[in-house]
Amino acid sequence: MMDEDDPMAEIRASFFVECEELLEALQDGLQIMDDGEADDETINIVFRAVHSIKGGAGAFGLEDLVRFAHQFESVLDGVRSGTIEADRNAISVFFQSGDILGDLVRAARDDDVADDSRIQGVMSSLTAMLGADAQEEETEEEVSDFQPMGLSLDLGLDIGDNDAPALPDLPDLDTTPPPATTAVFEDGYTIHFLPDSSLYASGNEPLHLLRLLREMGDLDVTCDTSALPSLSALDEEKSYLSWTIHLTTDEDEDAVRDVFDFVADLCTLTITGPGKPGPGLPPTDAPSSPSTTNEGATADVSFNPPQDSDISPEASVALKPDDVADVKTAPAPVTSSAPAKKPAPSASKSTKPRPTVRVDLERIDRLVNLVGELVINQAMISQSVMETGLQTNSKVSEGLDEFMQLTRDIQDSVMMIRAQPVKSLFQRMSRIVREASSMVGKSVRLKTEGDATEVDKTVIERLADPLTHMIRNAVDHGIETPQDRIAAGKPEEGIVTLSAGHRSGRVIVEISDDGAGINRDRVLQIAIEKGLVPENAQLSDSEIDNLLFMPGFSTASEVSDLSGRGVGMDVVKSAILALGGRVTIQSNPGKGTVFTISLPLTLAVLDGMVIDVSDQTLVVPLSTITETLTLMGPDIRALGPQTNVIKVRDSFVPLLDLGFELGFRSPLESYVGSIALLIAQEDGNHAALVVDSIQDQRQVVIKGLQDTFGRVPGVAAATILGDGKIALILDPVDVVANADGRTRSLKSDLRLAG
Amino acid sequence: MTDTQTTIEPAEIELLTFRVGGQEYAIDIMSVREIRGWSKATPLPHAPDFVRGVINLRGTVLTIVDLADRLGMGRTDTKERNVIIVVHTGVETVGLLVDAVSDILAVNKSELQPPPEMAADNEQAFVSALMIAGERMVRILALTAALPSENTEAA
Repeated sequence: MMDEDDPMAEIRASFFVECEELLEALQDGLQIMDDGEADDETINIVFRAVHSIKGGAGAFGLEDLVRFAHQFESVLDGVRSGTIEADRNAISVFFQSGDILGDLVRAARDDDVADDSRIQGVMSSLTAMLGADAQEEETEEEVSDFQPMGLSLDLGLDIGDNDAPALPDLPDLDTTPPPATTAVFEDGYTIHFLPDSSLYASGNEPLHLLRLLREMGDLDVTCDTSALPSLSALDEEKSYLSWTIHLTTDEDEDAVRDVFDFVADLCTLTITGPGKPGPGLPPTDAPSSPSTTNEGATADVSFNPPQDSDISPEASVALKPDDVADVKTAPAPVTSSAPAKKPAPSASKSTKPRPTVRVDLERIDRLVNLVGELVINQAMISQSVMETGLQTNSKVSEGLDEFMQLTRDIQDSVMMIRAQPVKSLFQRMSRIVREASSMVGKSVRLKTEGDATEVDKTVIERLADPLTHMIRNAVDHGIETPQDRIAAGKPEEGIVTLSAGHRSGRVIVEISDDGAGINRDRVLQIAIEKGLVPENAQLSDSEIDNLLFMPGFSTASEVSDLSGRGVGMDVVKSAILALGGRVTIQSNPGKGTVFTISLPLTLAVLDGMVIDVSDQTLVVPLSTITETLTLMGPDIRALGPQTNVIKVRDSFVPLLDLGFELGFRSPLESYVGSIALLIAQEDGNHAALVVDSIQDQRQVVIKGLQDTFGRVPGVAAATILGDGKIALILDPVDVVANADGRTRSLKSDLRLAG
Repeated sequence: MTDTQTTIEPAEIELLTFRVGGQEYAIDIMSVREIRGWSKATPLPHAPDFVRGVINLRGTVLTIVDLADRLGMGRTDTKERNVIIVVHTGVETVGLLVDAVSDILAVNKSELQPPPEMAADNEQAFVSALMIAGERMVRILALTAALPSENTEAA
């Protein structure tokens, strides 16, 4: 992160990526607090996240962000120390603060301007929580906290009077070298604290740590200046000072360690417990190796293993035998001396993150592409081996079977790389719920389930908008007003549940609310008023529910500024259909409504029906086909002079000739006996597409056409079949929407392509 | 393919010449990716006539332009002997369907003559220069003008 060779932009970018992770951790922590399951560590995680964002922001001079993060941090610090109680109201403010922090981070990243009025509002809530007293002073100090500090040179060396602002605050600060004062205190802790340069570079300040210790009990601090070189040799960016601290306190050892929690990997720290003088730390010349630091360190304080093999000179200076030998160690000493280059954002006691690698998405896409090739190639080899007429138990065939298995496994694994947990998406939704509920004056809580479910990254990205819309709908229309809820004997607070899970090769996302359910009478009435259904229509409950997806339908009697924007559920449905998904409604009057979205696991592979039409092989996505049928004479009825409809059960469906619509042939003379695919359109209507034959149903690898030719009407993409030929993947909904509809004209000058 | 001359003078370019509809054309060899035999293309619906469709080029979808049709000389009657020249223009890769590839010529840029302006031929915009090779006249193809993405609407 501090690599000077890197252009600033790259560092910035990585800072913002880190911020996203920290914000996620923050949201997690707040959620746990909100669920009432928080322990001290949760608050620490939250605090750390905010602190790390602040630290990074300081380094980049993002003042707005620093100011807000600082205020937030101060309040969280209050929660940590117990002076501020984290009740529901406070947590709600924290959530808002988290949202604003996210806004500010994004604003800084995109050089945008965040909504100032909201910030001010939350800022004042935070200030109110802090209370007026004593905060002024702290604010002053901590703002200087993230500027890399130089050394205060007036410790023992009489060079002018420069800034050591808090020296007078520390009792008994003398400059005697450590050996004179390392007598074992039977009733206290002996702490040897040697900051790394990186501790200063990351904006930490030993003074604050010492102050925190002072609050715990009587303190006897000795600063060791023996490592300090002469002024001419002094590198002002380096750390030369170490402290030996005797602390007499009632607090336990963990509490003492907690003080150093944030700097644990930025310093060399030895804490010796009260009355338990252990054996001296054996002299060692490899102070930073993990084995050394692990020795006897069974305590629960985590430290990052050295991220960098070059040990900073300070670290080795500090652990020269003659220094270390004096330090008495407790049975469980903790010696963290990792010269980490940055404050580890993920350092946490309970949830150690699994190691991950950040990879450019482009590289993954290339790999996914190549594996797609492999799958196609494997299909081609299989096909040509089959054509040679080899016996199925021959060596070649057996090897080929294994090869097929392997390619499938590889494909699955590669698809997994692109998969991401839906957690980040769900977290965004919890913000939508907060904002939406406060806007309509309802008390709504979002419960999420299965947020570790992994879905293709593209699916997640493209799901965000429809999901936002549905969540808003659930809050606005689904959940009743608090009065109505109480009248109905429900708790005042409504619950919207967002869950995700895998089911038979697809991802199921459910949005459910415990509201009043769909008012079917009202839905039907509106649909009739708007002329969407005939007045005397007899519709089943589910048919009425599905009216919500019709274009131009909106139930809210008054248009709220939240979800009644003329953009209806039809947009949601088409967005989900575009992802190869389906959406269904289930409503239970008085109990609530459940929207179920079923999505393919990936956008790189598609379940398709391979069909033939006028000598061309095409793939139709299975998700768009509701049924296939063979046309019987009496079912085909003439509509206009050139068009036909077919009778499917009790409704009439336009008949379209796929070959004609794609320009491959003229309309046939008769369609009796032809095979037709019944295509479901976004508005719930159907259309029948005539094809010549249906070959197969199989998974195909999707290849984009855009790169080579741009958008082709009626065609979604292409794929490569087992024989190496390219087959186009149809976008049947687009075909139907742009259909000409002629199925009877006999004369046509259309030329057969190919 | 470039073995004939390893060091290229700045003023000298190498041209790949090929026959289209009985005429001789050439393109800068640096834009040629590969030359392959004709394989049946999958037609694209609603595409201009000169776009013969797409083929599978080792996993990528490659658009095939019938160059004769594009140059106004009528549709190529595809046979086994036809050749696809895969060219890359910096933004896209396209296959050009031609009759046959003839030769590789190293020519000095000064030998290239600007084409005379003649309004009657609408194919003329596709020729960026002319040159003499022996007794023959070789037309230098203006590649970007012949490719579908820029001229889809015009066609």
